[in-house]
Amino acid sequence: MLGVSTLGTSTTMRTITGAILAALLLAPAARADDKLKVGFVYVGPVADYGYSYQHDLSRKALEAAMPGKVETMFLESVPEADSERSIEKLARSGAKLIFTTSFGFMEPTLKVAKKFPTVKFEHATGYKRSANVSTYSARFYEGRYVCGKIAGTLSKSGTVGYIASFPIPEVVSGINAFMLGAQSVNPNVKLKIVWVNTWFDPGKEAEAAKALLAQGADILTQHTDSAAPLQEAEKAGKLAFGQSSDQFRFAPKAQLTSITDDWDGYVIGEAKAVLDGSWKSHDTWGGIKDGMVVLAPFTNMPDNVKAMAEETKAGIASGKVHPFAGPVTKQDGTVAVKAGEDAPDPMILGMNWYVKGIDDKLPQ
Amino acid sequence: MTLDIVQMVLVTVLTAATPLILAAIGELVAERSGVLNLGTEGMMVLGAAAGFAVATETGSTLAGALGGAGAGLALSGLFAILTVGLAANQVASGLALTILGLGLSGLVGTGYVGMKRDPAPHLHLAGLSDLPLVGDLLFGQDAFVYVAVALVLGVWWFLGRSRAGLVLRAIGDDHTATHALGLPVRKVRVLAVLFGGACAGLAGAYLSLAYTPFWSPGMTAGRGWIALALVVFASWRPLRVAAGALLFGGATVLQLHAQAAGLGLPGQALSALPYVATILALVLLSLGRRQGGSLAPAALGREFTPHR
Repeated sequence: MLGVSTLGTSTTMRTITGAILAALLLAPAARADDKLKVGFVYVGPVADYGYSYQHDLSRKALEAAMPGKVETMFLESVPEADSERSIEKLARSGAKLIFTTSFGFMEPTLKVAKKFPTVKFEHATGYKRSANVSTYSARFYEGRYVCGKIAGTLSKSGTVGYIASFPIPEVVSGINAFMLGAQSVNPNVKLKIVWVNTWFDPGKEAEAAKALLAQGADILTQHTDSAAPLQEAEKAGKLAFGQSSDQFRFAPKAQLTSITDDWDGYVIGEAKAVLDGSWKSHDTWGGIKDGMVVLAPFTNMPDNVKAMAEETKAGIASGKVHPFAGPVTKQDGTVAVKAGEDAPDPMILGMNWYVKGIDDKLPQ
Repeated sequence: MTLDIVQMVLVTVLTAATPLILAAIGELVAERSGVLNLGTEGMMVLGAAAGFAVATETGSTLAGALGGAGAGLALSGLFAILTVGLAANQVASGLALTILGLGLSGLVGTGYVGMKRDPAPHLHLAGLSDLPLVGDLLFGQDAFVYVAVALVLGVWWFLGRSRAGLVLRAIGDDHTATHALGLPVRKVRVLAVLFGGACAGLAGAYLSLAYTPFWSPGMTAGRGWIALALVVFASWRPLRVAAGALLFGGATVLQLHAQAAGLGLPGQALSALPYVATILALVLLSLGRRQGGSLAPAALGREFTPHR
């Protein structure tokens, strides 16, 4: 029975590892002076070349943008279940502005914020705020709509493979936006979806990619974090989209573009607001327009497709194009968004249904 | 076309099972000698990091594979000193080893994140590799796969057919009696643990050099724990380890294919399939052996201090 019980221990292990790492990394917390101390809490290692890496770039950008005025510190690989201690530690070491960058840090952030009313907190991708807790996130679905249009145009087999992580609204709205984009150029496009139930498992992502390629998909896209699917596409001579960071080096012949986040502007803006005293709790949901959602250079596609992608991107930035512009029909045939209207933000944030044309049952 | 898909599925199953086979067969030998090393995940992930680092520096996949196995071996050496040499608690030491391995792998791999390599070369025999259905499966794999198969057969022969294997099993069943007989209990256990470490390191190197040829922290994603479970699942028999790994890999891969084929089965239920299969097999195994007592090596996990 031993083996079975140890299976569940791997998460515990990561928790312990994370806690130890966190404790070690906290060491260089400096003593008080007049600089604004800004803390960052990351869920993954900064070397993940993905989500945490992108966030750490904004920390570096902040230091570069305001030399002498700010001092930053960070904790990496902080497990969500054990984050309260880490966040509190940053607050105790004098941080006056703290970015907690994972959805699972939501409740711990609020708890610590209550204890430190003079410290400002910024929680990424959450929805709960308080007097000293702001939230921010990016409209990733805008990028996915652009990818969908590219895929719809370029797919020769008319079948696109989608490797999905967990059926949460962010992922589902991404799938829908991608499908609507693809349908806008090819109404008969097919989307095959494989749920791998993990954010990061290179082996499993590669297996899913192989399965999708075997089932006739000639373009892959993913909402998981490793470069494995891109490599599989490259190996098979097919095309794919990257995720989280520009993964071009992994698949120079396969990557079409990659949806990445750029938090630089937001992080610098918030630090400035704290320094000049204008900081207020608020919610930010930025997209392509705000420079928060960035698409890596369009590669491995003909010029006319590139032009179309650029045009769509510009259209979304100017507000002319909305990925969820009506009419949007749900899988069951009911109308979700009427013609002439755009889907309101709360609908996108809580999306738990597929659009018409997706031939998969959404896991509930 | 359908033949191609069948072959593709079979190849994917085999390659998905390979890291599990490698890690589990090593752990099996260690456990048959009476040492429970829960550090498989740590040795595996360190093997992945070190393997990738060595391969990148030397430009040789073979050197990388040896580097990975060496890293696993070194880490298991530490474990052997603690548990066999100093008779420390095996469960605690093994868990500590996993934590250490995960941490060290991050350190070793820091400079190699975001790099890629070409996957390990695959065998190609003119004629044979192009046979329909089985050609690619039997004659078109990379060296790791063949090494895994060879290791399973080798361990099966060693444990079941050789005198040294008999000694190892006897030590795993009763270290006091074998010690009294003058058998080198601690030496055998150290060697068994080192073999397990090298295998786990090699399994990690397979992931970072052949399966998904890049390094990323935590890329083993729990495969070390699955390997541990497989040893129990296989009731400490080498051939059953291979069968179990194939079953486990098969269930994982088939559910992904079922989803891609749009069979309309719910994803989460399918993801649980391999685990359900494991539990089912465990239940069946224990039912079959209800009258016979435990299948585990009798001295498994117990510390041994020789009387002087």
